[in-house]
Amino acid sequence: MESRAIVRIALMAAVIGVLGMLPGVMLPIAMGVPITAQTLGVMLAGIILGPRHGALAVLLFLFVVLLGAPLLSGGRGGLGVLFGPSVGFLLGFVPAAFVAGLVMERLKKLPVFAAALVAAVAGGIAVEYACGVAGLMAMARMSLVQALLATAVFVPGDLLKALATAFVAEASYRGYPAAIASRA
Amino acid sequence: MMTDGLAPETWLHRVPAGFKLAGLALFSLLLLPVDDWRILAGVLAMVLAIYAGFGRAGFARLALLRPLVPLLVIVGGVQALSGGWHAGAVISLRLLAMLLLADLVSMTTTMSALMDVLAPVFNLLRPLGVNPRKMALAVALVLRFVPVLLTRWRAREEAWKARTHRRVPVRLVAVFLADILQLADRVAESLDARGFDTAIADRRRKR
Repeated sequence: MESRAIVRIALMAAVIGVLGMLPGVMLPIAMGVPITAQTLGVMLAGIILGPRHGALAVLLFLFVVLLGAPLLSGGRGGLGVLFGPSVGFLLGFVPAAFVAGLVMERLKKLPVFAAALVAAVAGGIAVEYACGVAGLMAMARMSLVQALLATAVFVPGDLLKALATAFVAEASYRGYPAAIASRA
Repeated sequence: MMTDGLAPETWLHRVPAGFKLAGLALFSLLLLPVDDWRILAGVLAMVLAIYAGFGRAGFARLALLRPLVPLLVIVGGVQALSGGWHAGAVISLRLLAMLLLADLVSMTTTMSALMDVLAPVFNLLRPLGVNPRKMALAVALVLRFVPVLLTRWRAREEAWKARTHRRVPVRLVAVFLADILQLADRVAESLDARGFDTAIADRRRKR
């Protein structure tokens, strides 16, 4: 792997962390729950770096968080996050970024905005929620229906985030065409 | 800013990182099948006693975990509704005890000590294509990038706020991203120029 790939992976890992540290920067607050931009970073990692490197960026981010860097939304970090009820959402970041990258790669014929939107919904909502719900069922011993109901509140916010992701991807592609790996 | 440790040295700081990690893994395995709330409450009391033993720093650390309380209440409440208060108490107590135990390890172990413990693990992963040298570079880069990105973002945000009272738009994030991706590509060029030769790192891996 060349230096350029390593540095970009590290950069996107840092971006995921920074976006988690800025709660509600540009996203509205839904029902009292501030929507953090952390998943925005995860989606962007997949879309910008492609499936393999995107998933590696998320793995690197999770690794640094487990080592104790307080980069998880709300300033959390350390091994404790593995034992929280929301661990499924956390580990789901990896396949979510991978799927987002994969979809982005496959939709080369669509404009960047449309392709990124589909990629963000597939990765950030379909895959991410499947993992999160499975995690809730395992860690909090909820039933499938209970877990689905408990997470449904966040879907509208995540739809907004998918839109924001597509917007950011398109605008940064216009600003720096080498930004998106699959279109460079 | 990226150090997560507890400032005053405690006895737990002097326990080798490997022991602490192994202990944490052991505890998580032991506590998982426990379904008696009294045992779990006892373990939690023990963990809390360790925090209390650290004095003010320990209590400050506990206060950091306050945002988790609503989540634990919801999880316990859902469980109590379907399986009785006993099931709810067991779930919340176990989660809380494990969270606090893991946090004890994080706050008394430096990041470099954890990396050292994990070095043999990386070496085991060599055949899978994991290069420990590149892994260390990547971790160091992330830790360096975070404050750099935060400073750069704040500067942009301030520039925006000096001009308008409107909320910071998503557009600003896009410009920022395009900007830092160029920064990353320049960092890669300077790494190569300064002799972090990825080809050499690859050859070392094969040896």
